Amino acid sequence: MIEARHVTKRYGDTVAVDDLSFSVRPGRVTGFLGPNGAGKSTTLRMILGLTAPSSGTVTVDGVPFAERRRGLRHVGALLDAQDVHGGRTAAAHLSALARGNRIPRTRVADVLEEVGLAKAAGRRIGGFSLGMRQRLGIAAALLGDPGVLLFDEPLNGLDMEGVLWVRGLFRRLAAEGRTVLFSSHMMSEIEQSAEQVLVIGRGRLLADEQLADLSRAARGGSVVTVHAADPAALAALLTGEGASVRPLSEEAVEVSGLPARRIGELALRHGLALHQLTTKASSLEDAFLELTAGSVEYAAGDGRGGAL
Amino acid sequence: MSTQTPAAGARPLLAADEPRPRFADLVAAEWIKLWSLRSTPWVLALTVLVTIGVNLNAVHSDFVYIDRAARTGTGHRAGAYDPIFHGLNQISADLLMLAAGAVGAISVFGEYATGLVRTTFAAVPDRGAVARAKVLVVTALTTALGAVVATASFFGGNAMLVSRHVGLSITDPGCARCVAAYALIAPVCALVGMATGAVFRFAAASIVAVVTLLFLVPLLFGGDRYELLRRIGNTLPGNAESRLVSNPAAPISWGKYPASVHGSWLALAAWAVASAVVAVVVVRRRDV
Repeated sequence: MIEARHVTKRYGDTVAVDDLSFSVRPGRVTGFLGPNGAGKSTTLRMILGLTAPSSGTVTVDGVPFAERRRGLRHVGALLDAQDVHGGRTAAAHLSALARGNRIPRTRVADVLEEVGLAKAAGRRIGGFSLGMRQRLGIAAALLGDPGVLLFDEPLNGLDMEGVLWVRGLFRRLAAEGRTVLFSSHMMSEIEQSAEQVLVIGRGRLLADEQLADLSRAARGGSVVTVHAADPAALAALLTGEGASVRPLSEEAVEVSGLPARRIGELALRHGLALHQLTTKASSLEDAFLELTAGSVEYAAGDGRGGAL
Repeated sequence: MSTQTPAAGARPLLAADEPRPRFADLVAAEWIKLWSLRSTPWVLALTVLVTIGVNLNAVHSDFVYIDRAARTGTGHRAGAYDPIFHGLNQISADLLMLAAGAVGAISVFGEYATGLVRTTFAAVPDRGAVARAKVLVVTALTTALGAVVATASFFGGNAMLVSRHVGLSITDPGCARCVAAYALIAPVCALVGMATGAVFRFAAASIVAVVTLLFLVPLLFGGDRYELLRRIGNTLPGNAESRLVSNPAAPISWGKYPASVHGSWLALAAWAVASAVVAVVVVRRRDV
C-alpha cells in the first residue's frame, strides 16, 4: 500500500508535483499515466525517498520509505534501467544489492533465471541492450521478494516477447497480493496491463479510477464519420434526434451522440443515401488526451501535440 | 496468469522474516562493488609498480654519486647520504596521492555519474550507513596500498644500500614515522577524493577539484613572506606528508616557519576526518 498525502515538489519556481494525494492498493496492477514531464518520475522518486517532497508525505505500508534501514524486502523498484555501472557484471551488480540487504546469495541466480538473463549473468552490463537492462532492473526489483513494486516506464526497449512477459509478470505479482505500480506515457501500455489507473498532468492528479470506468467513459464519447449524398439534410435529421453534428467537408459530417447503426437506420427510413459510415471508436488514448490536454495547454500555452 | 486466484498475503514474502540489518553487510556490498570493477586491480597494481619502481630507481641512481664520493671524497659524502630523501621520494608520493585521490573520487562520483546511486539508495535507504561503509572500504584499501608502497620502498631501497653501508633500519630515528606517513598519505588523499566526488558528482569536475586541492592550492601557500600563508600551507596534506617523511638526521631547512611533527600528524588526521564527514553529510543530505 502506497499513500501520498498532499505531496508537492518544487524545483525553484517550477512545480513538478502539485498537491498530489492518492493511494495504491495491493492485489492489483496500477498504471501511472501522464505525458512526459508530468511528474511521474519525481513522484516515484519521492515514494522511494530519493527525492524529499517540498511538503506533504508519502508512505509505503505506513512508513516513509527513507526511514527504513534496508529497502529491498519492502519495495522493489526499477526507476531507470540505466541506473547501473556498466563495468560490472549482472551477477556482481545483483550480488552487491543482495549482500547489503542480507538477502541469500541464491536469490541472485533465481531472479536472473526468472527474467531470462541467466546466460548473461557473467557479462558486463555495459554490453547489454536496453531490453536486457530493463530485465536486469526488474531482476533487482524482485531480489528482495518485496510486497510493493514500482516500475518507471518498464516497457521501454523491450521487444514484443518482453512486453508480453512483463504484462504477465505484473499480473502474477498483483495476484500474489503485492502492490504493483508502473508508469507510462502511453495509454495503450496501461490499457493492456493495469486495472487501476492514476492519471497526472503538470504534477496534478487528473484521474484515479478503474480502467473499466475510464473506458466506459471513453466509449460514450465515440464519433461517427458519415459521407452522404445530402449532408445538410442528414445533419438536420440527426440533430433532430439529439446528436451533435459537425460538417467535415462538402459530403461528410462528423456525428457524436448516436451509434453508427442508429444513424444508418434513420437515414434509410428517411430515404437519405449514405456513401460511407465509419465509427471512429474513441479510445482510452483519446480519454487520456482529453484529460491531460487541459493541464498541458494551461501551463505550456501550446497545443497538446507539442506537449506530447 | 488468469488461473491464479488473487489472494492478498497468501504467500509469506521475504520481508516477513527480515533479519536485523548489519553494517558489516554494507561493507561487504561495497567491497563487492569495488572489486567487481576491472579498473580497481589495474589502478592498484599500476600504482604499486610505478611508485615502488620510481623509489628504487632513485636509490639505484644514487649509487653513482655515493661511489664517486667514496672514491674521490667529493660530491655526496657517504656519511651525509639521506636514504629517505630519494628512497621515499616526492615524485612517488605525488603519484600515490594522485592515484589514491582518484580512487576515492571515482568510488563516489562513479555512483552519481552512472545513476547507480538511485539503485543503491532505493535498496538501502539508510544513506549515511552506505556512505560510512564506502568510506571504510576505500580507507582500508588505500591504507593497504600506501603500506605496500611505503614498506616495499623503504626496505627495498635500504636493502640495496646495504652494499654501500649507508642504509637505514626501520628502528633508526624517524624511520618508522617516515614509512607510516608515506603510507597514510594514501588514505588521507582518498578521503579528500571522496569528499570532492560527493560534492561535485561529475567525473571531470571531481578529478579537477581533487588535483587542484592536492597539488595546486599548496602553490598558493608557499614562501616565507607571510607567516599566516605559510602556516596554512604547512597544514595541507602534501606538505604535512613532506614534513613527516623527512630524516631527522638529514640537514633539511624548513624555512622560517617550520611545521612541527605533531602539528603535521594532526593536520593529516584533520583532513581525513573532515573529508569523511563532508562525504557522508553531503551524500545524506542531497536529493538524488
